[in-house]
Amino acid sequence: MAIQAEVDGQLVQWRDSKRYLWLIGSIIPLIPLATWGLYAWTGSGLSWWFGPFFLFVLVPAVDLVAGLDPNNPPDELIESLEGDRYYRWITYAFIPLQIAGLAWAAHLFGGGTLPGIDGPLALVDKIGLAASVGIVAGIGINTAHELGHKKVEHERWFARVALAQTFYGHFYIEHNRGHHARVATPADPASSRLGETLWEFLPRTVSGSLRSAWALEKKRFDRQQKSHWSVRNDLFNAWSFSVLLWGALMIAFGWQILPFLLLQAAVGIWLLETVNYLEHYGMKRRVLESGRPERVNPSHSWNSNNIGTNVLLYHLQRHSDHHANPTRRYQALRDSKDAPVLPTGYAGMIVLALVPSIWRAVMDQRVLDHYDGDLTGTNLHPRVAATYQRRHGAQVAA
Amino acid sequence: MSRFICPNCEYVYDEAAGNPREGWSAGTAFADIDADWTCPDCGVREQVDFTMIES
Repeated sequence: MAIQAEVDGQLVQWRDSKRYLWLIGSIIPLIPLATWGLYAWTGSGLSWWFGPFFLFVLVPAVDLVAGLDPNNPPDELIESLEGDRYYRWITYAFIPLQIAGLAWAAHLFGGGTLPGIDGPLALVDKIGLAASVGIVAGIGINTAHELGHKKVEHERWFARVALAQTFYGHFYIEHNRGHHARVATPADPASSRLGETLWEFLPRTVSGSLRSAWALEKKRFDRQQKSHWSVRNDLFNAWSFSVLLWGALMIAFGWQILPFLLLQAAVGIWLLETVNYLEHYGMKRRVLESGRPERVNPSHSWNSNNIGTNVLLYHLQRHSDHHANPTRRYQALRDSKDAPVLPTGYAGMIVLALVPSIWRAVMDQRVLDHYDGDLTGTNLHPRVAATYQRRHGAQVAA
Repeated sequence: MSRFICPNCEYVYDEAAGNPREGWSAGTAFADIDADWTCPDCGVREQVDFTMIES
């Protein structure tokens, strides 16, 4: 289906080659069902681990085979493309599927059985299922991210529902008003630094983002001269969805499911924060004479045009355009020629990030090249500053 | 009473209406808003970046 617009008497036409591919994103919340099907078919306990296998083996393989998609909508058609409601319904549909998958898993965590599953799951199987459901939860944060940026009020409420599974409702506050304002500066807990390992970054971003979200809401209420201990505080109303969801599941399937709810939430949060780690690794905005950092531009985010991960993550990898135009809908995000590009899609890069030495070997030189070898231009992690000065400092003169 | 627009996402701050949710009651002059207040819609631009569209 082509979209068209008339600009200065000229008809501009464009066909979205990914229009129907976006439906593939709905595979993700069906992962729990896939584990059931696989188990009923094979009888193997490995089936419960299908979620991590899908995201960390199958998707990176698809990225390597399916390659790149640099297709951009023309400027003139961005508005009509954004106005096409088909695209937003795909993101809305994710949420009920996500909740249904969690409820289904909670039934199994609580010792339930189903056709094809004769007895209650063993502990190791429940852990595998929690990992698989956690993958859905993490990508649910990505869906919440897409919706939470929109100006339409009901979409912002949908974002809170999608975040309920991980108890990460504060993400929507901190990401929009904290991360986007301070991205690629040392002050942002969610921008990783050159030389910082994933495992150092995780506690810094999780605790820093929570504290920042709290401070942002407190400041908003201070301006109103009201107490921030209020249901109108977006942190509390977002978390209340989690209390409702987890509470209902525990009433239905027993409090014994709580460790598995916690585990799947931890996996989801880990996945989201690992993606955060990839997105701005080593990037720093110059500080202007006024003391403010320069405006965010395409050079401050890592991008990828790998079509596999892009279709699953709603163009999240066109990250530079997202930071330039945060309210722009996913289908209209554009590839930027000025943006640094990752060697493969986010899914494959997550796997590399697990092992810091491999990550450094792949990424550090790319960061330095991006800054023409100038270490002072990067967002350098203080812990490694002296070592990196010795090792890479000479590149400037060369 | 003037109106000011975010140059990134076209959010408009109308002095007459203010933005009570953000803590700016109706009638708050744009000049009285914190310089580091970020646009409530996109979060990318701050008070100092806004441009006046109507006075």
